[in-house]
Amino acid sequence: MIGDVQVAAAGSGGCHIFSGCGFPAPSLDSFDFTPIFSIGSFHFTKPMLIAVLCAAIVIVFFGFAFRKPKIVPRGVQNLGEVALFAVRDQILRPSLGKRGDHFLPFLMSLFFFIWFMNLMEIIPFFQFPAMSRSGFPWSLVAMVYLTYLYLGFKNQGFVGYFKNMIPRDVPTWVLGLLVPIEFLRYFFIQPFTLGVRLFANMFAGHLLLLIFTLSTWYLASLSIGLVYAATSAVMVLAVTVLEALIQLLQAFIFTTLTAVYIADSLEAGH
Amino acid sequence: MTNLLAAASSGSQDPLIPTITELIIGSIAFLVVFGTLGKLLLPRIQKTLQERTDQIEGGLDRAEEAQAEAARVLEQYRRQLAEARHEAARLREEAKEQGAQIIAEMRTEAQAEARRLAEAANAQIEAERQQALISLQAEVGALATDLASRIVGESLQDEARQSRVVDRFLEDLEQRGGIGARASR
Repeated sequence: MIGDVQVAAAGSGGCHIFSGCGFPAPSLDSFDFTPIFSIGSFHFTKPMLIAVLCAAIVIVFFGFAFRKPKIVPRGVQNLGEVALFAVRDQILRPSLGKRGDHFLPFLMSLFFFIWFMNLMEIIPFFQFPAMSRSGFPWSLVAMVYLTYLYLGFKNQGFVGYFKNMIPRDVPTWVLGLLVPIEFLRYFFIQPFTLGVRLFANMFAGHLLLLIFTLSTWYLASLSIGLVYAATSAVMVLAVTVLEALIQLLQAFIFTTLTAVYIADSLEAGH
Repeated sequence: MTNLLAAASSGSQDPLIPTITELIIGSIAFLVVFGTLGKLLLPRIQKTLQERTDQIEGGLDRAEEAQAEAARVLEQYRRQLAEARHEAARLREEAKEQGAQIIAEMRTEAQAEARRLAEAANAQIEAERQQALISLQAEVGALATDLASRIVGESLQDEARQSRVVDRFLEDLEQRGGIGARASR
């Protein structure tokens, strides 16, 4: 946040309380960055740098962990195995069972890519959750969406997939209502909520942290404002802890729902 | 909130609408992660995990085998030990019996020897006594005759008379000795 705070402070001219200027509240502009460099009309921004960096971190970490795996694990391999077992036993197995083990690479990539992207919110110097730029969640949602649609059509057949969307033993008069709802659910609501949930959580979390950090800066003047600033600073710490939790939780929820959608496609649910 | 709305309406893009560059970079970044993990790294670790499972299972099987083997050997040793104890007890019993038998044999042998020795001694004593008696008889006879002839002055050369006189004298002597012995008691 330091960078953003300084940018905001500079933007507001070192504005403090009781100095006659209003609170420089964070806005959508806080999510827009001036490009680091530009090639023609392509602008490389901080969120993109974070995305590339997170991908690299995930690859490097698991590269070190699993490059030369030993029967008796040593060092990083232990940590890598903990990560693998966490995703496999807490996310994959509960919804897909053992037969879904070949989806482990997909789910592991999703979980750690999302988690690291989220984590960047509280890592000094980065301090921005890349997932609060909707392009990143939507790109992941697109892959999940295509994956579960493909698996659904492949495993249940084109007609079967549509048929299995509708629960059996439903009175005919309900079908008029149920068919559009279920159709909407599989084709629009599921991917939409999946993406918005992740994006909005990260967006709101970043906004919350911005508000309290900017407030701390704004309230810090040689007056009673110092007390307000201290309170605000405590809130920054509290919200940071909360965000750390939410970042992990959102990565977990996104991956778990992906596993559930895939399981739904592998065989008719309901 | 009004600030946000104002910002949104005042030209900033709707945050829900992705920019195409971010979509592309996000997709590429994820696909690179997915590709590396899925094609390169996870197959390796999954192979290793499978090997580990196999080894642990193999190890457990081997341990079970070893345990069964140990139990079998222990049972065998116990049986052998019991047999050995049994054998030892039997040998001890046998030795005891043999010892008793030997002692009994030796005792009877010793007794027989002792009896034989005693009998031989008795016989010798008897023979010697007889011999002494005979020689004494002759000597006493001759002595008495000699004494009597000297006292009586009568020659007792005549054989018959001589032996008669000797016999009578001896009888007298015996009678007297016997009476004397009885009286002295």
